[in-house]
Amino acid sequence: MIRRIGYHTAMGLVSFLWVAPILWVVVISFRSFDDVAANGLGSLPHSFTFSTYKSAWEDADEFRALINSLLVTIPAVLLSLGLASVAAYGLARYNIPFRRTVLLLMLMGNLLPPQILLIPISRFVELIGYYDTLIALVAVHVGFGLGFYTFVLHGFMRDLPREIQEAATIDGAGPGRIYSAVILPLTRPALAALGALSFTWIFNDLLWSITVIRSGEKMPVTPALLGLQGLFVSSWNVIAAGTVIAAVPTVAVFLRFQKHFVGGLAIGAVK
Amino acid sequence: MSPLILAFVLVPFVIEAIWVFWPALQGFWLALTSWDGLSAPRFVGFGNFSDMVSDPIFRTALKNTAIWLVLFGGLSVVGGFGMALLLQKERRGVGIYRAALFTPVVFSLVVTALIWRVFYQPDGLVDTVFRSVGLGNFVRPWLADPDTALYAVIVPALWRQIGYVMVLYLAGLKAVDPALYEAAKVDGASAWQRTRYVTLPQLKGVNSVVLSVIVIDSLRSFDIVWSMTKGGPYHSSELLSTYMYSTAFQSTQLGYASALAVIIFLLALAVILGYLIRAFREEA
Repeated sequence: MIRRIGYHTAMGLVSFLWVAPILWVVVISFRSFDDVAANGLGSLPHSFTFSTYKSAWEDADEFRALINSLLVTIPAVLLSLGLASVAAYGLARYNIPFRRTVLLLMLMGNLLPPQILLIPISRFVELIGYYDTLIALVAVHVGFGLGFYTFVLHGFMRDLPREIQEAATIDGAGPGRIYSAVILPLTRPALAALGALSFTWIFNDLLWSITVIRSGEKMPVTPALLGLQGLFVSSWNVIAAGTVIAAVPTVAVFLRFQKHFVGGLAIGAVK
Repeated sequence: MSPLILAFVLVPFVIEAIWVFWPALQGFWLALTSWDGLSAPRFVGFGNFSDMVSDPIFRTALKNTAIWLVLFGGLSVVGGFGMALLLQKERRGVGIYRAALFTPVVFSLVVTALIWRVFYQPDGLVDTVFRSVGLGNFVRPWLADPDTALYAVIVPALWRQIGYVMVLYLAGLKAVDPALYEAAKVDGASAWQRTRYVTLPQLKGVNSVVLSVIVIDSLRSFDIVWSMTKGGPYHSSELLSTYMYSTAFQSTQLGYASALAVIIFLLALAVILGYLIRAFREEA
């Protein structure tokens, strides 16, 4: 009994300390500038205002940054999972020559430190005239993510029973039909996990955005958030509001796909 | 072989080749050149690498990357594993505790950085707490002091990583056959002995995954440092990755920056190879 109380007290305290920084920033985001100036960031709130959110949303144009992020993230997630799933299907279900080499090469591409790619890619998008465009950012995310998604989906599709595919073949279905009607529906759990995961990865990206995009009005929300600091020097309540806004989409995806998200993170751990 | 299947595999492969393999090869080549991005790259052999030896910023960045690997990596493994052990058994409340530790993983590192910058402000919570418990002489500009900047960045990085490592270990612990614990219990093994002789050996696979993830994450770490200190003050929190970025895009020494990227690659190579060998065996 005492052990149980001790356990819950200790874990409750750790959990509280863990989320406290987030709660604290949310509280600050609702404080007025005068309150923060008079009492300091460390004090309890003496005011309540939404004006911070208005400043971040309108003056700092976080609205546009959020739209940019979604314009990059949604196509990038759909494209990379679509392409990875067809590649994984071909590699897992058909005897393609050098299939193992191809799969491992693709995985290796994702394991490379992105630093080795930054300079050549920034030059390359400039060369093809796509520097400072959201399309370039989508392409980079698709290219870099493909390897990992293909590898995970391949592992998943490989373990699907042969008989299903044979039955479909006897019924006269071609490879394309088998993919869309048989394999893809069975792969849905893995696709959901990877989808939730890749959404946060791409949405949260900083490095590729600041490598490929230059103009402020084209920046996705993560790098734009850094720019907020220059705009609202030491107005930490506005910066806090901007931070909360930037976190909302990934938190929403997490809450909606919680199970898949956690499952996705654990992919590979149990091998 | 149906042409459709070939296209299924080839199209994604070619896309990755264009956006990853080809640029990577160029990156290795550029490391052997001196290049300002305007005139043509000039071949200098291993000149960039010998320049590094006498570059004090490179040495600081290398040392800090090692510190990062040990502190960030080591503590997130210890913390994540400890939390997984504590939260492994399904009982009331455990879901809430797991969710709490896991929450930061959802945020971007930039969001994490800003949350903690608010904390480290001169009138922020960290200093307020120190003052209120009578430790006022500890108060300092945490991110602007060369002695503390690196460590002040590691704390939020850990805050986020521990929950992630915990998830990996929880998944691993779940996969351990409960019959093994029962057998050990019947044989009279204590809780500690069960952890030491049953749990740990069963976690070998997870350990190697966690280790790979940690090393690669440490070498790639960029966002949190860039958003909190940009590697400063006076390069005191510089990592190889931030130094590479600023050398490339702020001082436009593209050849030297490529060589720094190659160093990062070489440091990651053992992990990459280990990962591939494991994947290869599994496919066999």
